[in-house]
Amino acid sequence: MSFATTLLELGARIDAHQTGPRVAVDREVWWRVALEVAQGNVTLLALWSDGRDVHMAVLDEVEGEVSVVSLACPNGRFPSVGRTHPPAVRFERAIVDLYGLVAEEATDMRPWLDHGRWGVRHPLGAAKPDAAAGLPYAFLPAEGPPLHQIPVGPVHAGIIEPGHFRFHANGETVVRLEERLGYVHKGIDGLMRGAPIARAALLAGRVSGDSTVAIALAFARAVEAAAGVEAPPRAQILRAVMAELERVANHLGDFGAICNDASFSLILAHCGALREQVLRCANAGFGHRLMMDRVIPGGIARNLDEQGAANIRALVAHIRRYLPHLVRVYDNSASLQDRTVTTGILKPELARQYGAGGYVGRASGRAFDARRTLAYPPYDTLRFEVPARTAGDVDARVWVRIDEITQSLSIIEQCLEKLPNGPIAIAMDAALAAAVGQEATTLVEGFRGDVLAWVRLGPSGTIANAYIRDPSWLQWPLLEAAIEGNIVADFPLCNKSFNCSYSGHDL
Amino acid sequence: MRRLLIEGLLKAPLTEARPRDDDAMLAELAERLQKSVRRALGHSLSIRQVDAGSCNACELEIHALSNVYYDLERFGLRFVASPRHADVLLVTGPVTKNMREALERTYNATPNPKWVVAAGNCACGDDLFGGYANVGGVEKVIPVDLHIRGCPPTPTALLQGLVALMERAAAQS
Repeated sequence: MSFATTLLELGARIDAHQTGPRVAVDREVWWRVALEVAQGNVTLLALWSDGRDVHMAVLDEVEGEVSVVSLACPNGRFPSVGRTHPPAVRFERAIVDLYGLVAEEATDMRPWLDHGRWGVRHPLGAAKPDAAAGLPYAFLPAEGPPLHQIPVGPVHAGIIEPGHFRFHANGETVVRLEERLGYVHKGIDGLMRGAPIARAALLAGRVSGDSTVAIALAFARAVEAAAGVEAPPRAQILRAVMAELERVANHLGDFGAICNDASFSLILAHCGALREQVLRCANAGFGHRLMMDRVIPGGIARNLDEQGAANIRALVAHIRRYLPHLVRVYDNSASLQDRTVTTGILKPELARQYGAGGYVGRASGRAFDARRTLAYPPYDTLRFEVPARTAGDVDARVWVRIDEITQSLSIIEQCLEKLPNGPIAIAMDAALAAAVGQEATTLVEGFRGDVLAWVRLGPSGTIANAYIRDPSWLQWPLLEAAIEGNIVADFPLCNKSFNCSYSGHDL
Repeated sequence: MRRLLIEGLLKAPLTEARPRDDDAMLAELAERLQKSVRRALGHSLSIRQVDAGSCNACELEIHALSNVYYDLERFGLRFVASPRHADVLLVTGPVTKNMREALERTYNATPNPKWVVAAGNCACGDDLFGGYANVGGVEKVIPVDLHIRGCPPTPTALLQGLVALMERAAAQS
């Protein structure tokens, strides 16, 4: 019996939820689901709140089905999931900060997103004014006579997003890394509440700029599913073209940047040029280098003309010809391999436990890809492979990215081949007016991994509540594990090979 | 690798000519720099980038400035790792309240004379992100000498602004 079937017997199905089951449960069933998650029978995708209920999205990997379990919190309390399942800990700390709900028997009571600077506590729950004097933060200890601490950030040496890393090192070797995030928290959950859908879509496109297409797509698909409509076929295909261009651009950029972190700048220079060509092609075809605001609820905002399609075909051919030279240099340079092979190993058990998405999971044996497992259109009609490795080191993550570029190029070609004529968007107004209170949860594969979006529609074309979970939520904690026992100088390599989003996480 | 290197020698460079000046940015600079400290800078500026809450799209385009098409360093502009080495702070994002102090401390750690460039619509004070978590624009925290708009600003726009800033700053000396 599938997890969803069991769940439906134990709780009350919420009919407003249009994609997969959302089930309202009592505390006991909530706790049982938490144990199922902890035992690895289902994978925790996200844990969030809308202020009234807490929601837990779980993935049944065998059935390829996403279910949402919801618990009402009339007393402002819910049983901690993080107590038995560590990947839930940061989600719960964020819920406590934003909504003031209490995670009972939680193992980590420290604030997470709230740094004591907002001038208000629990801004989305029972808000209380606050002096904004800053909250002290106690890092987890590492003890022993030779250990020293290295604090890094929030302002980093490079052109990177802000976050704080606290290293405990024994000489050169990292004994413990602890991240402190939340510096770029913009309050997107709160800004989405009651926002007109067009404005909410702008916000979704700016959750993490490098994944603007993927996150806008997850959001748009959730709005469409809630309203019971589908984007036209041409839009579906062009969305995939944009999503794959975004994936190729990011993988190229990171391939170069990882090599550069090992002081091998030749590959960075060449990958930088290729990446620029992808962005220019996107700009010529879709009118924006990062294709921001091009995916909208109902379809896409800009059509691709013949010239644009021809440019993309030429780009695909060029990368296919050029990239193998760079890959050969990577593979044949002992000085580079010395830095990447066996560095920053993420164990497969941890990748599985955390449900690590994208190249982080796939380099450690978790071959999950939302495009394949959930087969949302148009991927249900495309031929592609999901490259995976098991070594779990920086090298494996580089190879997964290289192999994914090849797959994406093939997907883009297939899309352009079957690109139908027709409209690129539908009018949503009537469907939205008839769908007040309807909800949906979607999962979309971004370059970094699976993006989850949940929306509940409000009156007159607004969003009542929305939640977006960037894959970084489940990858950041794994970076702490992967760096352990490595030398401090290899941290940039490990970090870049994960390339988690700060903005996507801090929201 | 040999093949890549030989091809690199034989092919014409990908690097493009400098972009044309942007009149609006020149006007803003002319006004701002009149008031700034006179000092011989040579034709070089060191830039410290500070992400004060951006969605990282601005960072992607700032990164692109270093690729072979834009090749920022040929203009004497370079990114440095510490505000202590910087002449210019290039700030992105709506300035989240959680980043406000870090931005102020970075500004205070930068030696005088210094210039601040707000890059991107959020940094320039657009109100897409309001609410409890954002200050709403760099100017509300530290003085700004040049605004470069865009969401995100293109590398060309960033280059126009930074090159103009450098030339006007040098001309003041």
